Amino acid sequence: MSAVADQKQSPVESFSRWANKHRKWVFAAPSMIFVSLLIAFPVGWTLYLSLTDARGSVRADSDFIGLENYADVLTDFDRFWPAVGRTVYFTGGALLLELVLGMIIALLLWRPFRGEKWVRIAILLPLVATPVAVGMMWRLILEPNIGFANQMLSWFGIPAQPFLSGQNTALTTLMFIDVWQWTPMVVLILLAGLTSLSDEPDEAARMDGANGWQRFWFVTFPLIRTTFITAILLRGIDALKTFDILYATKGKGGGSFHEVETLNVYAYGLSFDYNKYGESSTVLIVFFMLIIGCIWLLTARRKKDNS
Amino acid sequence: MTSTLARETPAPVMAPMHRKTKVRPYSVFRVVALTVIVLTFIAPLVWMFLASLKTNVDIYDSSKAFIFTPTLDNYDTVFGRANYFTYILNSFWIGFASTGLSLLLGVPAAYSMSRYVMKKSAAVVLLARIIPGVSLLVPWYIIFSNLRLVGGFEVLILSHMFVSLPLVVYIMMSFFDSLPLELEEQAQVDGLTPIGAFLRISLPLAVPGIATAAILSFIFSWNNFMFALVLSGAETKTLPVAIFDFVAYASIDWGGLMAAAVIITVPIMVIALFTQKYIVSGLTAGATKG
Repeated sequence: MSAVADQKQSPVESFSRWANKHRKWVFAAPSMIFVSLLIAFPVGWTLYLSLTDARGSVRADSDFIGLENYADVLTDFDRFWPAVGRTVYFTGGALLLELVLGMIIALLLWRPFRGEKWVRIAILLPLVATPVAVGMMWRLILEPNIGFANQMLSWFGIPAQPFLSGQNTALTTLMFIDVWQWTPMVVLILLAGLTSLSDEPDEAARMDGANGWQRFWFVTFPLIRTTFITAILLRGIDALKTFDILYATKGKGGGSFHEVETLNVYAYGLSFDYNKYGESSTVLIVFFMLIIGCIWLLTARRKKDNS
Repeated sequence: MTSTLARETPAPVMAPMHRKTKVRPYSVFRVVALTVIVLTFIAPLVWMFLASLKTNVDIYDSSKAFIFTPTLDNYDTVFGRANYFTYILNSFWIGFASTGLSLLLGVPAAYSMSRYVMKKSAAVVLLARIIPGVSLLVPWYIIFSNLRLVGGFEVLILSHMFVSLPLVVYIMMSFFDSLPLELEEQAQVDGLTPIGAFLRISLPLAVPGIATAAILSFIFSWNNFMFALVLSGAETKTLPVAIFDFVAYASIDWGGLMAAAVIITVPIMVIALFTQKYIVSGLTAGATKG
C-alpha cells in the first residue's frame, strides 16, 4: 500500500483515504442527519406550533399567539388536569405492581430448575404480542355479558363486574392489562441483573443464619439496585406513553366519558380528531417536560447513590 | 455490610448439603407459584385462539366455553372478505424495509459512537426513546400532507425507523463495547485500512448483535400502531390498523376479530419461540451496567 502512495491517486483511492481519515463522522453522519431531520426538527416545530393558534386544515395559515395556549391548557380543569391525573394513576399503579410482581417472579426463576426453558418462553409471549391484538383479546375476555372473566367470577359467587365498560373501573382494568403484558419486561431486566451476581454474598449470609427475606433485602437487593432503577426508567417511560391498548379497548377520546383519557390520548385526539395542532402541541410540550422531570428525579437519585 | 459477609465465605463443599436439607418446602412453593404464573400469562392467549375457532353463536354460549365444534369460518372471513393478505404483506414490507435501513444507518453509527466514545451524539439518538410519538406525528403529518406523501409506504417506513434506529444504535453500541479492540488493531498492522478492518473483522463478529437488533426492530415495527393509524392509506394499512375493520359501532364480529388478532400475533410468537435468546439479550442490553 505504501508503495503506491507516491503515485498519483485515483478518485476512488483518495475518497477511501478521506473516508478513513474522517471515519468517525462518515459512520455517524447518516444517522445524525436522519435524527436531526425526522426527530430534532419536528420536535422544534412542535415547540413552535405550541405558540401558535394552528388548527383546521394543514395548509391553513396560523398566527403567533405567544403563551396563550399554555395559559389555556394549564387552567383547563375539564380535560387537561384530569388527563394528568389519569396518566399518573395509570403509570404509578402499573409500575408499582410490575416492579413487585417482576421482582418476585425474577427471584423464583433465578436458580436453575427443570422446564426452565418453557417457563421463560411463556413469560416472553405477552411481551412480544401486538398491543392492539392484546387489547382486542381482553375486550372479549372482559366483556360484561359474554366474557369468560365474569363467568369465572360467578363460579365463586362474585357478582358480574363491568370491567372496561364501567366508567370507574375502566382505567384500573387497563392498568391490570398493562401489568399482564409488561411485567415480563421487568422480570427479564431484573433476572439479567440477578444472573450477573456471584453466589458468594448470598451463601455467606445463609451461613450466618440470615433468613430468605433478610438475604434478599440486605444482600441481593442492594447489589441489583442499579438494574432495578433501570427497570423503573425503561418501563416507566413506556407506561407514561401508553396509547395502543387504551385506543384498542376504548376508542377515540378514551371512551364516551373520557374515562381512560391520558395525556398521550388527549394530545392525539386534539391533533387528529379536532385538528387543533397548536393546543395539542402545548399539551405535548407539557407532557414531555413531565417525562424529563421524572427521569431527572430518578437519575439524580442514582448519581447520589453512586457517589 | 455485604463485604463483611463475603469475607466469611465458607468452604464450598458445605453449601449444597445445607441447601438440600433446608430448601425443600421452598421448591414445592416454587413449582406451585410458577404454574400459577405460567397459566396467568398463557390462558388469555389460549382463550383468544379458542374463540377464533368458534362461531359467533358459540362465543355467546357459556356452556360451550371449552367443548364446541371448531370451525375455520372466521379465518375464511379474515382472508376472503377482509382482504388480509394485502395487510400481511404491507406489515412485512414495512417491517423489513425499516429494519434494513435502520441497520444500514445504525450499525456504523453505533460502531463509531462506541469506538470513539461520542457520548453526546449517543445521548441525542437515545433521546428518541423518550419523546412521545404523537409529538413527532403532528409535524410529520403537516409536512407530509403538504408534500402529498401521506398514505405512501415511504412515510410509513421512515416513521417506523424513528423507533428502530435508536433501538439498533442502543443494542449495537453495547455489543461493540464488548468486542475486543486487539483484533482490529492486528488487522490494521496487517495492512487493512480502519474501514476495511471494520468491514472484514468487526462486522462479521457483530453478527449475533445485528441479529438481535434486527429481530427486535422487526417486532417493534410489526406491533406499531399509532404511526400507521395516522399515516397509512386504504392501500397501505398495516395489520394493527386493519383489525379495527371488525369493530363496528353497532356490533362486533367477535369471531372474526379474534381470528384477526391470532393472525397478527402468531408470526411474532413463532419468531419469539425460535429466537428467544436474542430477544432477551436485546431487551436487557445495557440494563445491568446501569
